[in-house]
Amino acid sequence: MIILKIKVKVDKMVKTLEGSHAIADMIVNCEADVLACYPITPSTHIAEKLQKYYADGKIPEYITVEQEFSAISALAGASATGARTFTTTSSQGVALMHEVLYAVAGMRLPIVMCVANRSLNSPLGIWCDHQDIIPERDSGWIILMCESNQEAVDTLPQAYKLAESLLLPVMVCIDGFYLTHAVEQIDVPSKEIVQKFLPKFKPEFKLDTNNPITLGIYSTPQYLQDFREDLANDVDNAREPIKKTEEEFSKIINRNYGNGLIENYKCDDAERIIIAMSSFCGNVKEAIDELRDKGEKVGLLRIKSYRPFPYKDVQEILKNKKHVGVFDRATTLGGHPPLYTDVLAAIYDSDQKVPISSFIGGLGGKDVTVETAKNIFEDLKENKIKRKFV
Amino acid sequence: MVVFKREDDIFTSGHTACAGCGAALAIRTIMRAIGKDCIVVNTTSCSEIFSVCFPRSAWKVPYIHVTFENGASVASGVSRALKAQGNDHTKVVVIAGDGGTADIGFGAVSGSWERNEDILYIMYNNGAYENTGIQRSSQTPQYAWSTTSQIGEEVRGKQEPIKPMVKIAAAHGIPYAASASTGYLIDLENKVKKALNIKGSRFIDVLSPCVPGWKYDPQLTVELAKLAVETGLWKLNEIENGDINNEKITVQPSFKPVEEYLKLQGRFKHLTPDEIKIIQARVNKDWGR
Repeated sequence: MIILKIKVKVDKMVKTLEGSHAIADMIVNCEADVLACYPITPSTHIAEKLQKYYADGKIPEYITVEQEFSAISALAGASATGARTFTTTSSQGVALMHEVLYAVAGMRLPIVMCVANRSLNSPLGIWCDHQDIIPERDSGWIILMCESNQEAVDTLPQAYKLAESLLLPVMVCIDGFYLTHAVEQIDVPSKEIVQKFLPKFKPEFKLDTNNPITLGIYSTPQYLQDFREDLANDVDNAREPIKKTEEEFSKIINRNYGNGLIENYKCDDAERIIIAMSSFCGNVKEAIDELRDKGEKVGLLRIKSYRPFPYKDVQEILKNKKHVGVFDRATTLGGHPPLYTDVLAAIYDSDQKVPISSFIGGLGGKDVTVETAKNIFEDLKENKIKRKFV
Repeated sequence: MVVFKREDDIFTSGHTACAGCGAALAIRTIMRAIGKDCIVVNTTSCSEIFSVCFPRSAWKVPYIHVTFENGASVASGVSRALKAQGNDHTKVVVIAGDGGTADIGFGAVSGSWERNEDILYIMYNNGAYENTGIQRSSQTPQYAWSTTSQIGEEVRGKQEPIKPMVKIAAAHGIPYAASASTGYLIDLENKVKKALNIKGSRFIDVLSPCVPGWKYDPQLTVELAKLAVETGLWKLNEIENGDINNEKITVQPSFKPVEEYLKLQGRFKHLTPDEIKIIQARVNKDWGR
């Protein structure tokens, strides 16, 4: 017999919702002005629900664009005109946006987007992995990876606050299907609660006939690197604001997800650690609880902020560990997988000499279960560095 | 006759366009007609490069450029944001080249027309990717030379006729589609002013000679833009509310021989008398002569 541990404290705001619908509800509560969406599985339900809210008059403008490239382009125009904007997409949609994602970051437009992560063609698949956002890693977007729908809902107001105060676009990522289509109990903080935390969007500069500005300039080699250096520094310096924002909102809603950059799940006395992102972390936590009941010292370091990457937190948590396994839900063909590379870089840059193994799994929706996590912990018992698909 | 003063210019001098640039002349005229209550969306093109090279800007109105192929989408966002803010007077104007409009940006343009976005879209048409060094576009005239429609023993210049953008725009059912020329600035100005007073998607295709691309003496820009119309090669027309059977001709051509237009341009210098005859025959057929 399975005994379910009820972790959600039920109160009157908790509703049974599909993850996608909870996200749509939160976008209404964040008072987004202009939306532009193009349907793509598994993000579609978010776009559909928001279009209904537009039809009901809860969203001022919703552009039913003809492709994702136009969705993000329309948001560039709307954001530059001073609107709070939102779009959602997945997979090929992210890839089609690629060129504009880099451009809007360079133009410092505070767009917020929810990516329902899905594999990239080919083979064509509609299920979850993280390959779609890997090409956007270097774009200048803040990329926040959520483990649960509740976390995604609670992260969206923070995303707007960060975006609009730092003038950087923010991606809030959720695992396609695992979260988008999961129906569960979710507390969507009300508009009143969000308003307490998230001020109205009042950009210092916008396209305004009373104060004409030129946005999206052409630059010669004399200046271009300076622009890129500024952007790089500002994305790097976003770590502290991310932590502060998480702390601030968690006090209002009485829930928190680590320090905003990472979540440390039982790592302090652990000997073996898995580093992972997003929904698989729920299964890793389950495995950890079971293994700890048997006396095994295991832990999870969950990366919430993929960009900027929390190098210092990783260095701190991996001190004196015996073996670390990095779980990537994406590949870098012809190179080490993306998350693994970042962890290696973090450790190379410290005094640590911990062995780090690479595990790639869950590609294209291949199930990664509690058992998968246990197997990885088993692999980590050996001192030998492994690099394998699981 | 309206006399403009230099201080009326919204697209100001000091930009880095070539001497005799038809696009710069078109944009200057269009912007004077539009006035200051507008937001300009530009696409990657000659006009972007010569007008907003940091730290200078030739624009006295709010201006945004994002990429090559998304002018119509960016403008959709600007227009909707203004609507969300309750602003019903500021005009949203796209200034884009023919490549960014008729080729790489065509999906976005067509999408904006299908949604009838409240945008005045100006395509300054210099008939090639002039900015990247004169490559053919769908707007390059038939038989013209370009660096990707070269004159060889097997193939002589661009083989395909121009993609008819005004007709395509009108076929979307948008309220206003027109063609203009930098040789007829009053006609251009009238069309811009007429379009400004219409809600929804408006499209103007403006013939804008390009000195390095067409290979002619820079002083002939206006002359060429006139000859294109006078020979009947470039139609000055208007189609309203998608009524493609009711095309209005705003300037009647005098039907000078096409050779007068062609012979002034290096991009046509390879043409044989037979090829010129084919072009003349096509013009005659187009006009039912």
